[in-house]
Amino acid sequence: MGKGVALSTAEPMGATRWLLRGHSALVYAFFYAPIVVLAFYSFNESQLVGRWSGFSLRWYEAFLQNDNIQSSLWVSVKICAASTVISVVLGTLAALSIERFRWWGQKVFDAVLYLPIIIPDVTMAVMMLVFFGETAELFNVIPGVDLTDGLEKLVLSHVAFNISFVSVVVRARLANLDEAMEEAAADLYASRWQAFRRVTLPQIMPGVLGGALLAVTLSLDDVVVSSFVSAVGATPVSVYVFGMLRKGVSPLINAVSVVILAASMTLVMASLVLERATSSRKR
Amino acid sequence: MSVAVGLQGVTKHFGDVVAVDNLDLDIHDGEFFSLLGPSGCGKTTTLRMVAGLELPTAGSVQIHGEEMGIRPPNKRPVNTVFQSYALFPHMDVARNVGFGLEMRKVDKAERENLVAWAINLVEMGGMAHRKPGQLSGGQQQRVALARALVNRPEVLLLDEPLGALDLKLRQQMQHELKELQREVGITFVYVTHDQEEAVTMSDRIGVMHDGRLLQVDTPETIYEHPTTRFVADFIGQTNFLEATVTAADEVVLANGDRLRLSTEHSGGTPVAVTVRPERLTVHGRGEAPGGTHRLDGVVDSVIYMGNAINYSISVDWMHLDVRCPATLAGDRKYVGDEVTVSFDPDHASVVIG
Repeated sequence: MGKGVALSTAEPMGATRWLLRGHSALVYAFFYAPIVVLAFYSFNESQLVGRWSGFSLRWYEAFLQNDNIQSSLWVSVKICAASTVISVVLGTLAALSIERFRWWGQKVFDAVLYLPIIIPDVTMAVMMLVFFGETAELFNVIPGVDLTDGLEKLVLSHVAFNISFVSVVVRARLANLDEAMEEAAADLYASRWQAFRRVTLPQIMPGVLGGALLAVTLSLDDVVVSSFVSAVGATPVSVYVFGMLRKGVSPLINAVSVVILAASMTLVMASLVLERATSSRKR
Repeated sequence: MSVAVGLQGVTKHFGDVVAVDNLDLDIHDGEFFSLLGPSGCGKTTTLRMVAGLELPTAGSVQIHGEEMGIRPPNKRPVNTVFQSYALFPHMDVARNVGFGLEMRKVDKAERENLVAWAINLVEMGGMAHRKPGQLSGGQQQRVALARALVNRPEVLLLDEPLGALDLKLRQQMQHELKELQREVGITFVYVTHDQEEAVTMSDRIGVMHDGRLLQVDTPETIYEHPTTRFVADFIGQTNFLEATVTAADEVVLANGDRLRLSTEHSGGTPVAVTVRPERLTVHGRGEAPGGTHRLDGVVDSVIYMGNAINYSISVDWMHLDVRCPATLAGDRKYVGDEVTVSFDPDHASVVIG
């Protein structure tokens, strides 16, 4: 760090400096203190969340022995993976079609695409419930599709709201991409697919990955839509945990949360490491 | 001379806007041809139709006699240098330059040879592994040029490639581009709004205005004998003397003077006689030599330019700009002097519009 230069010109002095530092510390405290508390009490021996009575792994043991939680976690992972992949592909395509082409009805499509971001979750949930109620039989006509088991319904409804978020993020990236870049690729004998694969995609990749990350989060997070749509036997962990809460807060919930937290942090770390490895290989 | 690019009746509409209007043009093999005009005149659209990046609303585009029709850009034997360069930021210089060869599946050894040749051609040796973001504007420009030339296109299309460079670099690149074109012998079609650029580099220039091609000629003819007021005005400074055609080889100026100048416009057509400031000479009143056309006037203003002196002289119905080279400035005139301005009718042209 260029200590002399940076400190003398940019950083505020004296009381202001301490005030700003205090402010930052508070912001971080509000962000992370609950997580620390949550993790801390997951190792609590006591039944009661707020009272420490000694270190114990009993709630993790309980988690491992609880088939319901584990199967609901598994349901969540499946829904999350499937809905993310589908919505990333469709959302990117939607972004491309709006940013790169002009067609009849585009404005309407554009507005409709944003709807799931704007409308409340509950509305979306009711819409999904009614929609599947009316059309489940129609879907079931398609060979290999069985909406009655619930998993497909959850995937479809998560795709429905994730597409919007993915396309918004990808579009922002596309808008900053010089269109002449794609023309240059075409001029240099690339087919449309090659131009996309070799020139456009690498440059919108941060947007696509960002959209994917958002989709993963939204899918794991979702309680409202999922609880309306889910059927017996296909309950995602968010809905399951929410149900547990009604019977009272138990440190088991803390343990589950810590497991999910650890898993997602590992995922983020892995992606960072992977990115660094590939970018250093490309020099 | 065979035709490299042939345009017949090429028209392009964008909604209600006519960007290019019924354009006929033959660009010869191996020539440096410039499309010159103000922004919005349709020159870039014309270039893009040759590249296949736009399809004409009507008309035919041929490259070496082959009809291009609706053929997409990746199937046309031309390459383009874009105004924004459009280098791929995630690839280094070598990958950028080799992109076209890679797409055409040229094998690796040959590709590497050609890429090295092209990078050396534009004097970017040693920069092969830089990313575009690490290059200056001028260097990016060279890479864009190499990326197009490495494919040895039948025609190279250049869309204002020097527009983003500063003056000094631009002048240097003008020279280099011309050299480069001579070296590779590829037909260059160059789009620019800079008349100086077009005049210094081109074998021939096509001047466009409002989607129409007004005149196609050598730079010299365009400058010395423009056929329309727009062309005369757009290329350099000039004087317009309002006139009317009286016969096939005579026009009458607004003051009643008759001038023998050939014109294809019929009698009665309002025209203008255009004479460049440096083609006018200033004499003391009544001292102008014979065989020239003479106009009496009074010196309005004198501007000393170092290498020349600019006079503004008012004759009875208008002002004339006269540019007098410093070498001939011994007999200097001053504001208020009564003078005679003369010009050789060979250096005047009749323009319309």
